[in-house]
Amino acid sequence: MRVALFITCFNDTLFPETGRATVEVLERLGHEVVFPEEQTCCGQMHFNTGYQREAIPLVRRFVEVFGPYDAVVAPSGSCVGMVRELYPLAANLANDNELLYEVEELGEKVFELSEFLVKKTGVTDVGAYYPHRVTYHPTCHSLRMLKVGEAPLKLLRRVRGIDLVELPEAKECCGFGGTFAVKNADTSVAMLGDKLRHVLDTEAEICTAGDNSCLMHIGGGLKRQRAGVRTVHLAEILASTEER
Amino acid sequence: MTIIRHQPEKKAPPDAFSEGRTPTFEESAKESLSNSQLRRNLGKATQTIRRKRGVAVAEMPDWEELREAGRALKARTLRHLDDYLVELEESVKRAGGQVHWARDAEEANRIVAGIAKSHGAREVVKVKSIATDETKLNEYLEGEGIAAYETDLAELIIQLAGETSSHILVPAIHKNRSEIRELFMRELGVEDLSDDPPDLANAARLYLRKKFLSAKVGISGANFAVAETGTVCVVESEGNGRMCTTLPPVLVTLMGIEKVIPQWRDYEVFMQLLPRSSTAERMNPYTSFWTGASQGSGDGPEEFHLVLMDNGRTDVLADEIGRQSLNCIRCSACLNVCPVYERTGGHAYNSVYPGPIGAILTPQLVGIGEPGPDSLPYASSLCGACYEVCPVKINIPQVLIHLRGKVVRHKQDEGGLRERLDPENVAMQAMGRIFANRRLYEGAQKAAHVGQWPLARSGTIHRLPGKLAGWTEARDLKPVPEQTFRDWWKTRRGGPSPNGSTGDGAS
Repeated sequence: MRVALFITCFNDTLFPETGRATVEVLERLGHEVVFPEEQTCCGQMHFNTGYQREAIPLVRRFVEVFGPYDAVVAPSGSCVGMVRELYPLAANLANDNELLYEVEELGEKVFELSEFLVKKTGVTDVGAYYPHRVTYHPTCHSLRMLKVGEAPLKLLRRVRGIDLVELPEAKECCGFGGTFAVKNADTSVAMLGDKLRHVLDTEAEICTAGDNSCLMHIGGGLKRQRAGVRTVHLAEILASTEER
Repeated sequence: MTIIRHQPEKKAPPDAFSEGRTPTFEESAKESLSNSQLRRNLGKATQTIRRKRGVAVAEMPDWEELREAGRALKARTLRHLDDYLVELEESVKRAGGQVHWARDAEEANRIVAGIAKSHGAREVVKVKSIATDETKLNEYLEGEGIAAYETDLAELIIQLAGETSSHILVPAIHKNRSEIRELFMRELGVEDLSDDPPDLANAARLYLRKKFLSAKVGISGANFAVAETGTVCVVESEGNGRMCTTLPPVLVTLMGIEKVIPQWRDYEVFMQLLPRSSTAERMNPYTSFWTGASQGSGDGPEEFHLVLMDNGRTDVLADEIGRQSLNCIRCSACLNVCPVYERTGGHAYNSVYPGPIGAILTPQLVGIGEPGPDSLPYASSLCGACYEVCPVKINIPQVLIHLRGKVVRHKQDEGGLRERLDPENVAMQAMGRIFANRRLYEGAQKAAHVGQWPLARSGTIHRLPGKLAGWTEARDLKPVPEQTFRDWWKTRRGGPSPNGSTGDGAS
């Protein structure tokens, strides 16, 4: 299948390795990956922080850039959630019925990576090898907004060599929440503290998830504590093979 | 046992519904987050109630259909609210009751106090009613020389402590039993009291029984009121509400106008949704229904007054996205699952409506433009746990985001130079322009990598400046790497194609 990669500005700038891994997994499975270079940001940070008028040009831009493709895949649950669940709100706010029609049509073609692999293409074994003890944190937007369900776990269970351990209270938010982590830093850190405790209780060496934003939060806390536990995006685990 | 009139140990701070500037959520949360006793009490209570709710809901094979029915019933009622309210008024009058309309809190309080005074009442007994907390009825009555006694055990506890409720259903959730024991010994003059819950309940019972028997006027809220029959309903656990609504000869019910439901049969849905969502019970212990006044039958109050209060609700109704907040049946399931509420407690919200529902309801009821209530829509990580459990499917995250937009637009449009020069606003405007232009965006990526060097020399960012310092207080940050993804993509495909979109024939 021909797939347009929606890298997200966050991964593009801060986590290029996740983008490279996403390309690798998709190509290994025989998909043709294209990268529309006009893409920038979906507008989630602006929209969710309340700067919604400022987000509308970004919504229009996204529709223009990705509209022509049959399938758009992103290694981020929350950015896909923005496009699928919140773009209609933005279009309503802009009082633009044509835009509303366009975003509703586009929303059906935009997928988070695990959702694309498991639900859209029916693949669970991507040929990965990852000999580490790993725990999986289901991020809130992938879990409750996109309802990816077991898709990421189905993929992880088929990874060879992996020692997958269940995270206690996994469904509880890590406390990131975008600008919430800065605006309500105290509450955010209080939430993070409990998440870190649960991660450490698993004795995993790696905590993975489908969103680098949440992982940056969890990983930032682990690193500050010198916990010796790393965060790695799901795409990077799926991209790992015995050769590399 | 000596009964003494309580002297609150401290004055409750102003909340969003009282006069004066209330603190912001961030300010108040800082304080409550460092209260280890509160964290322990709340964590334990919310986790227990959450687990039990999960079990009670899992028993229902048609739970999702019930939620959808609840949502649809509320949506229809709100769409025709004017008709249902008039129908309710007619039904109550037909059953011998009197109906009053209150535009706002002040008017509602005046009506209630007027009724109490017309009967020469110096004391009134109350069943837990958030609507009367919203109007600050107790303070108003005190000013009129009337003492109001809360009879719900938890409400009594916080009234004696001079505090405000921190939970919709369990107002004293922030207190544990040893704290309650000390409070009762001090305020009720009870000697030799254990911290056993039955002993504590008994101490309250002895105190309250006398009030029930002597009070001329009872005051209640309402969970529902049926338009077709005029029947008002209160759902509770203790039976004190039943006493309040049956013993005093005069009963006054204050309810928000959104509490009306069209028909008796609608209870089928709500009576399944409410107890399981709130107390994780299949059925709550006491459900009281009354229709009008006793009209000489000797059964129930001789005089019944229903006060229908707006107090900002029609403004909420006018907002297409915000109006779903009026679906709320005050079950408090959203509080119990909220990771923010679990850690900060209800007082951090500075509102009689705390938690996720409070974060959307309060700013809408009091209006945008005050720092305290304006901070509430931001008191959420948008994790969506509240929406998942809401029995009437209020999309709380969606309303939170919608209200954040209103807060920002209000600042930008109504604010002065200070608001426009606010660093957040300036940064967001700048980033909006950068993201709208690929060249500017790519330039900013380079600039971020180059500009971060003073912070990222050790390979990790330990400290950020300004408002961003909130991040690095407890979290390290990974520096921006030299090669962005798009740079890598270009190297991989041997440079951009003539149209500037490598490997991309579609645009």
